[in-house]
Amino acid sequence: MKHGTREYAEWSVGIALVLIFALIPVIWLISLSLKTPEAITDQQFIPSEFSLDNYKSLFEGGIDDSPFIKPLINSIGIALITTVISIVLASFAAYAIARLEFPGKRLILAGALAIAMFPPISTVGPLFDMWRSLGLYDTWLGLIIPYLTFSLPLAIYVLVAFFREIPWDLEQAAAVDGATPFQAFTKVIVPLAAPGVFTAAILVFIFAWNDFLFAISLTSSDASRTVPAALAFFTGESSFTQPTGSIAAAAVVVTVPIIVFVLFFQRRIVAGLTAGAVKG
Amino acid sequence: MAEIVLDRVTKVFPDGYEAVKEMDLSIEDGEFMILVGPSGCGKSTALRMIAGLEDISSGELTIGGEHVNDRSPKDRDIAMVFQNYALYPHMTVRENMGFALKLAGTDKAEIEQKVEQAAETLDLTQHLDRRPANLSGGQRQRVAMGRAIVRDPKAFLMDEPLSNLDAKLRVQMRTEVAKLQSKLETTTVYVTHDQTEAMTLGDRVAVMRAGILQQVGTPAELYDNPKNLFVAGFIGSPAMNFMPAEISGSRVKLPIGEVDLDVDVDAGGREGKVIAGIRPENFEDAEVVGDLKGERGIVFEAEIDLVESLGSDLFVYFHTESEGVQSDQLADLVNERLEETGAAGLREGEEQVVARLEPTSKVRRGETAQLWADTAKLHLFDPESGETLSGGASASASSG
Repeated sequence: MKHGTREYAEWSVGIALVLIFALIPVIWLISLSLKTPEAITDQQFIPSEFSLDNYKSLFEGGIDDSPFIKPLINSIGIALITTVISIVLASFAAYAIARLEFPGKRLILAGALAIAMFPPISTVGPLFDMWRSLGLYDTWLGLIIPYLTFSLPLAIYVLVAFFREIPWDLEQAAAVDGATPFQAFTKVIVPLAAPGVFTAAILVFIFAWNDFLFAISLTSSDASRTVPAALAFFTGESSFTQPTGSIAAAAVVVTVPIIVFVLFFQRRIVAGLTAGAVKG
Repeated sequence: MAEIVLDRVTKVFPDGYEAVKEMDLSIEDGEFMILVGPSGCGKSTALRMIAGLEDISSGELTIGGEHVNDRSPKDRDIAMVFQNYALYPHMTVRENMGFALKLAGTDKAEIEQKVEQAAETLDLTQHLDRRPANLSGGQRQRVAMGRAIVRDPKAFLMDEPLSNLDAKLRVQMRTEVAKLQSKLETTTVYVTHDQTEAMTLGDRVAVMRAGILQQVGTPAELYDNPKNLFVAGFIGSPAMNFMPAEISGSRVKLPIGEVDLDVDVDAGGREGKVIAGIRPENFEDAEVVGDLKGERGIVFEAEIDLVESLGSDLFVYFHTESEGVQSDQLADLVNERLEETGAAGLREGEEQVVARLEPTSKVRRGETAQLWADTAKLHLFDPESGETLSGGASASASSG
């Protein structure tokens, strides 16, 4: 087993290197968030003195005065609403694309792809003007709409791929068993496509959660400003201090929901959920 | 329970391909009807039209006296067993079997009772809470059957339900399917490409080729009185041997000799070239036959190419001096046989003949042997149309 041991060691080293490379910025961020304002520039990787002041300052003053709580609520709300709407619409669209032959099917797929490729920055200017005239500027809806535009193609593509994997026979079996097409979809296809649905949901959520471009351009107040945008408006304790510590703390806080979201859904993304449907 | 009647039912796919052409078939209440034919003959399409999974292009379909052409599958009250079973992987065996009843709004206690009952019939009781992924092929197959029988539908439709099982299990399940059907007495349409399954299972068998129904009858009828070359070659294993022949007056000239045309091989006063068919078991080692060879049939010499002994039977392959037989219907069969066995048995344009002899025969490979052919069981076919020339009323005993 000499060869095996050696291979194992090589892989371990490789994986460790990748992990270190990926995690150093995160650890650095955590380290910064735990330092006191004086120690920020001390060039130490491990803080000599741990303090939670930066976290406390984020939530100080309750909903009204804290610079962070309102944006956090906005972020969660906007990302969740976007995810739900996007997944519902995308699953209907993807089901139709995967199962039905209809004129314009290729056009829809090509259109979705084109939108996914479209540079978002070029839509910001027109949207800004339109949203101001329509009264959507600085509202949740004003962000949800462009997020849907850019997340739907992604969700449709992911779901079409998953729906295509589900054997046709299962729906026909359901039809013969007495199910209406809608029942066959909700009781047989959706449960089976669950891994795909969750994958798409995670991708859409992360997209909406991470967006900075639309958030900074289409909002002007805490009424709808999301965390990535709000971070840019953080101020230090006085006009001479950098808000580095608070920004680091806020960045850590907004990373947590993503990790929770992924871990929660990952348990559902188990391979082999469809095993045993047909021969094999 | 109900009868199923297909009246000139036709299926034309959007690309213009005619999968089923004017099919007339009437399946009686409680009957076990087999649709058999080579792949692509339209048998599955016909079944799917009965199920409502394919639209009917023209013609009329009635189930239990009701016109159902335009009814969706859920309103036809039929149950279907799919080739790949199509079990719902996210449901347990119990939920799989009860799904149809649940959709129909049956109350829980009744569903439970019916599922338990079906599980008992199929010996699935201890697997009720497992998921399909954890079951063996045979168990999955039984769950698929169970899903059909809990509903007590008007008819069962089965699309090659045994083709995914290994050979041994297939034979075992074949018996169980037959038992189950005769116990439930539910009208059943069963699609298969395997002529052995067709012959052993069905009350009646419908043979299809290229979308056209060739012949419908009991297994014995199809075996003894095939209507054309295709049915003759398809039914029976090893397949019927075909050879060119010529009729002149009351005599038939075969590559293995000349015989009188007697009543059983009525050629309807025809003259000229025909195709003759003899089943392998209508040959015998001349020594074994003894006295009978004087009464009827012909004795001829053949050089033996190959001898296969199965213990109970002896399969002997030999050649005749002829150029072989050409026919579209046979070409179809040849392809099918090659797919199935990958070996000989029936080959177009070759004159190989298979004979099934008594195991006591002393025939050896490479030797020249005296063989006897029972020409009373001779089949004659028109070389153009492939239709049989035998009167059709001939009553030779089944020897299948």
